Amino acid sequence: MKKTALTDDILLSIEKPARYIGNEVNMTVKNPADVDIRFCMCFPDVYEVGMSHLGIQILYDMLNRFDDVYCERVYSPWIDLDKIMREKDIPLFALESQDMIKDFDFLGITLQYEMCYTNILQILDLSQIPLLSTDRTNEHPIVIGGGPCVYNPEPIADFFDLLYIGEGETVFRELLLAYKENKKAGGSRRRFLELAAEIEGIYVPIFYDVSYNLDETIADFKPNNNHAKPIIRKQVELNLSNTYYPEKPLVPYIQAVQDRVVLEIQRGCIRGCRFCQAGMIYRPVRERSIEFLKETAKKMLDNTGYDEISLSSLSSSDYSALKELVYYLIDEYKSQGVNISLPSLRIDAFALDVMSKVQDIRKSSLTFAPEAGSQRLRDVINKGLSEEMILKGANDAFLSGWNKVKLYFMLGLPTESYEDIEEIAILSDKIARLFYEIPKQDRNGKVSIVSSTSFFVPKPFTPFQWTRMNTKGEYKQKQRFLSEKIKTQLNKKSIKYNWHDSETAELEGVLARGDRRLSVVIIDAYKNGSIFDAWGEHFNYNAWMKAFEKHSIDIEFYNGRERDKDEILPWDFIDTGVTKQFLWKEYENAKNEVVTLNCRQKCSGCGAAIFNGGVCNSVKD
Amino acid sequence: MNARIKFSKYGVLKFVGHLDFMRYFQKAVRRAGIDVTYTEGFSPHQVMSFAMPLSLGATSDGEYMDTELNSNYEEQDILKLFNDVMSEGVEVTRFIKLPDWEMNKKKCTAMSLVSAADYKASFKTNAIIDANEFKKEFIAFMNKESILIQKKTKKGEAEIDIRPYIYEYSFLSDEFAKKTNRTTLQMKEAELHADEYNSTSVYLRLSAGSAVNIKPELVLKSFFECLNKQFNEHAVQIHRMELYKNADDGTNELIPLFSIF
Repeated sequence: MKKTALTDDILLSIEKPARYIGNEVNMTVKNPADVDIRFCMCFPDVYEVGMSHLGIQILYDMLNRFDDVYCERVYSPWIDLDKIMREKDIPLFALESQDMIKDFDFLGITLQYEMCYTNILQILDLSQIPLLSTDRTNEHPIVIGGGPCVYNPEPIADFFDLLYIGEGETVFRELLLAYKENKKAGGSRRRFLELAAEIEGIYVPIFYDVSYNLDETIADFKPNNNHAKPIIRKQVELNLSNTYYPEKPLVPYIQAVQDRVVLEIQRGCIRGCRFCQAGMIYRPVRERSIEFLKETAKKMLDNTGYDEISLSSLSSSDYSALKELVYYLIDEYKSQGVNISLPSLRIDAFALDVMSKVQDIRKSSLTFAPEAGSQRLRDVINKGLSEEMILKGANDAFLSGWNKVKLYFMLGLPTESYEDIEEIAILSDKIARLFYEIPKQDRNGKVSIVSSTSFFVPKPFTPFQWTRMNTKGEYKQKQRFLSEKIKTQLNKKSIKYNWHDSETAELEGVLARGDRRLSVVIIDAYKNGSIFDAWGEHFNYNAWMKAFEKHSIDIEFYNGRERDKDEILPWDFIDTGVTKQFLWKEYENAKNEVVTLNCRQKCSGCGAAIFNGGVCNSVKD
Repeated sequence: MNARIKFSKYGVLKFVGHLDFMRYFQKAVRRAGIDVTYTEGFSPHQVMSFAMPLSLGATSDGEYMDTELNSNYEEQDILKLFNDVMSEGVEVTRFIKLPDWEMNKKKCTAMSLVSAADYKASFKTNAIIDANEFKKEFIAFMNKESILIQKKTKKGEAEIDIRPYIYEYSFLSDEFAKKTNRTTLQMKEAELHADEYNSTSVYLRLSAGSAVNIKPELVLKSFFECLNKQFNEHAVQIHRMELYKNADDGTNELIPLFSIF
């Protein structure tokens, strides 16, 4: 039998042992002795979550196409195995070979959300790799991070040797070649880091020093090594129709959260909603060609056997050939029993037509994301969705047989008043009233509206990066207020209200806009037992609060301050194309309730045109 | 066309539970491009049913699945189609078309037909029990008039005697083959993917299926209880060797599930 790092006894005593055995369909098998570089790619959450992530599939496929590299994977051991591994001193291993990660050349960790930061430490700790970059020697793998959180990596910078800013398809090859050459020349770890620092998009935290003013804001952030650049420009893959994409994605044995083929149809977004970090950091929007998508869809379905395919992007309605692509997929695959899933779709006639063909109307719900209850506040956040559009969309859907609606909102947006919050309840009720205005024979059963609010967390590289965040107490108060308002609505029985946890939001806020002084807090929270913070049942707020207190770090400094225009922000050293001046202008537009048109309607000169690709080149002024 | 497929499940696949395994098979059918029939309705699924779930942790060379196909296939073609797309740990070994007269019987699905199963239970180490002591005590255990266990029923708990449902046992492959009318080749195929351990094993033929299903773990648990010893289920590797049904001729003869004559 193929060897497993864990004994039968251990595997049979834990939940879902299939998380740790590898051997999945389409897993790459190479002989480690035949390659020059052993790379271990990590998603720091449990297997089912990690296996749903497209980014790792893309990188895994790309790296394994290189003959001199063997890329394997690892995910956070669940709580039950974590305990056993510590008790029995079992080092963390990669799934493919079941070999110990500490013997690899690289450990790559993807950073998708702030609440996984303690899991980064779990991975390093269980792998027996020192938590701090400064403590690592030639014996240890190079620890590299990537993903959206690298756009403010400062709170976790101390844990990484390298951070890859931007899209992974571009400079990995160069980085690995530098590593190989350095190894061949007998160069030191430090020497490799210096070579890496010269590659565009690579950030080497130890080559920068931060100093602080008396008021705790950043005084200075600059390189301490000649090889490091003062500004690091993100990497952008301009040709998405001719680049790495997995034709044979890994298929897990157990159900992943995303249990389907995922086809990324475009990257970036034209809308410019002001709270949205993804919309800003993935500019300029770039589409994949429809021929590429059709071909890739076929290969992925044939090679996996999945019975569902999902089109993934930030705003799928804006993909220019969406109609053609969707109808093609339906015609080609529906008869084979393959379902098409279309999240992120604006609700209009086309969407309703498509959805009626691919979904069971009786069971599925229609989703709107107004984000704010009043038009005023929607203008502030530049969410171009009017009440008229929502009501029309809902009305058409009700006439077609739908009776379930989901509405997503945020509480705590800048300039928000209690009137704005009350509008959430009123809008939810308006939609219910609309349903009951339709004659009984033309509508289907009873309407069910689920309105949910998350708590707004200001993010780096958005126009709201300077804004004050509500406190946890304010959030709770607002949520209670809204709850009461919904109970006073006419159709209160048709409306269910869900809200998120304010303590998680508070922590996310600190980590999102934090600086290097937070790394000791993260370490202490971890040592206090925090892992799987993204999981409600495991999030331990007190462990974090103790850690903040121990280091006398004030949460309000990060969350509660309205920043000055000229304050040096921890992430200013990164160049995403979009300029700080543009973001500030957008912030002022927000405060003045002025709407900014989308990229296709009018170019607003955000700065992403510097990449000379995507929508920037196709818009004629 | 209705068909019955025999397959083996072994290696790390023993850690994949039954439901997940069914989903795995459904995807394999799609990858192989096998023309399986789908049910009608809004969310169609493949017409596929498994004879008997295998416990998590067990391996097998005697698993069965019934399915319905729209096209005609020959055994060697189907075997190749399946095995080319399966990972290490699953192998399709037999494919047999089920004629209409078989399908028209009152009980025709593999699930409803199963009446007995052969198992090999191997101790992973000698630490649990010494080989000779085990043989001696197990023979004594089998010689008892009755073996009583507590079983949960709808009305509460009931005591049942499982001894009559332990049809045959042996510590040696050849001896078990003789006792159960199997050829050496059949035994070899039935144990092909069983993991090898340097300690003792026992072969068991037990009643199985929807009427009375006796798991080998239950037999061993009762055995250790008789000795007043703790039984760690993980210390034993269970390997299912074959599934049987009763012959049509009214005798109690047991024949493997893929035999239709």
